[in-house]
Amino acid sequence: MDQLLKLLKENALETPENLATLLSISVDDVKAQIADYEARGIICGYRAVVNEDELDIEKVRAVIEVRITPERGGGYDRIATRISRFASVDSLFLMSGTYDLLVFVSGRSLQVVAAFVNEQLATIEGVLSTTTHFTLKTYKDQGVLMKIEDDHERLQVSP
Amino acid sequence: MNDSKSPRNFVAGHVRGMPRSGIRDFFDMVSTREGVISLSIGEPDFVTPWHIREAAIYALEHGATSYTSNLGLLRLRKAIAAYVARSHALTYAPESEVLITVGVSEALDLAIRAVVEPGDEVIYHEPCYVSYSPVIGLAFGKGVAVPTRQADDFRLTRADIEPVITAKSKVLLLNFPTNPTGAVLTREDLTGIAALACEHDLLVITDEVYTELTYDAERLSIAALPGMRERTIYLNGLSKAWAMTGFRMGYACAPPALIEAMMKIHQYSMLCAPILSQEASVAALKNGDADVAEMREAYRQRRHYIHAALNDMGLPCHLPGGAFYAFPYIGGTGMNSRDFSMALLEQENVACVPGTAFGSSGEGYLRCSYATGLEEIKRAMERMARFVRSL
Repeated sequence: MDQLLKLLKENALETPENLATLLSISVDDVKAQIADYEARGIICGYRAVVNEDELDIEKVRAVIEVRITPERGGGYDRIATRISRFASVDSLFLMSGTYDLLVFVSGRSLQVVAAFVNEQLATIEGVLSTTTHFTLKTYKDQGVLMKIEDDHERLQVSP
Repeated sequence: MNDSKSPRNFVAGHVRGMPRSGIRDFFDMVSTREGVISLSIGEPDFVTPWHIREAAIYALEHGATSYTSNLGLLRLRKAIAAYVARSHALTYAPESEVLITVGVSEALDLAIRAVVEPGDEVIYHEPCYVSYSPVIGLAFGKGVAVPTRQADDFRLTRADIEPVITAKSKVLLLNFPTNPTGAVLTREDLTGIAALACEHDLLVITDEVYTELTYDAERLSIAALPGMRERTIYLNGLSKAWAMTGFRMGYACAPPALIEAMMKIHQYSMLCAPILSQEASVAALKNGDADVAEMREAYRQRRHYIHAALNDMGLPCHLPGGAFYAFPYIGGTGMNSRDFSMALLEQENVACVPGTAFGSSGEGYLRCSYATGLEEIKRAMERMARFVRSL
């Protein structure tokens, strides 16, 4: 991956001036490259990685394995797209193996997620079955460890 | 006969006379303070990549708790030989030309002790790593320091060395990229030095522990130049590039007679390097290239940042070609190295090692390590700029 993208993936708040120094290119080049990535849909947005377990909010997350009937012409795409539009769906992937779609959902409570599965997901025509797994604890999300063990202390001065 | 009750001074004279490391004095000073941003750390801020740590855990689980061969695990020596071959196109036989040591520090000590007789002269360049002069002294050799200069980006050339060669000169000790200056040599520099070593029949000991952290220059070892393999002890280790300082893993590659001589000392003093560290190193050399590349890239970016920041605040600094140290000139402020770093610590709580810790030719300079997170470097540079403005 391009070094600029790497730096932004680590810290999207880094200023163009610092990015320019780090990469030893001009500030204008940095701005132009970022604008280009945005225009081409390579950078799709900037957001904070939040450890929601630490927030005092009610939120339940689940992973749902979904088997569906593929359709002539569109394969899995039409149903997958339809499912992906629900606001409670965070991520959705087409998978190889014993099921077809892997759907990451979240909701205010267990009941809300269960209702989504029972009433909205399972009832879509073409959905053959669903298997729901509720998330108990987050250890690592989007490449970020949620809890870092206390750092081993380095010597303050060493040769 | 000793009638008084107090024992005599048992410490050997040549140890008594050895100065304490300037780094230690500075350490004592820094450790009394809270909230210090330290740019005085000579080791990576990265933790050893997980797959390497995991390999050590796995080895421990499977009962790897014994001695190894004095030379080290043959598997590791093979991995080292393969690494040196792909890095420098240099071939060493794992069975007889590779010795695994406890850090490069031990390898250097062994190399010096194996070849230096009392009075032999060992030429080294300065500013340099803190152990060079003491290690030569402990072997009763005579250290001959050749100063390097900021005007040449602290490079070393044949012309610098030639004037100090005498009939007693035996060893030329090189460390490029250099701790503390970050200097690297060009192919021409190395070719000139190699020719000089051949003309005067010198042994070259080359400490290349920072070789993976070379940013722009060609990565060339003097051992790979024509006629040099036979008169070179190549030293390297996993501390810096693989972020494995605490594993204490170094090694030496050299012709069999030299390795045999070093091994004799090693087997009676150290026996062997710790087996868990050796197992971790096998994993590092096998699957660690991507980690090294990633860390090198991070250092490269910080290097640009710190180089720009130091020059902007009026402390002239060359762009270090390797390692993870910037070495700015602070003499323009009218202060000496020690006073500058003490005042900087006092006023702004930023710790940088005074250049004089690396030999008297480091006077007027400061070592700023960029093996520290970028955010810390940014804060340190802000504080340092404020300090310089206050002078």
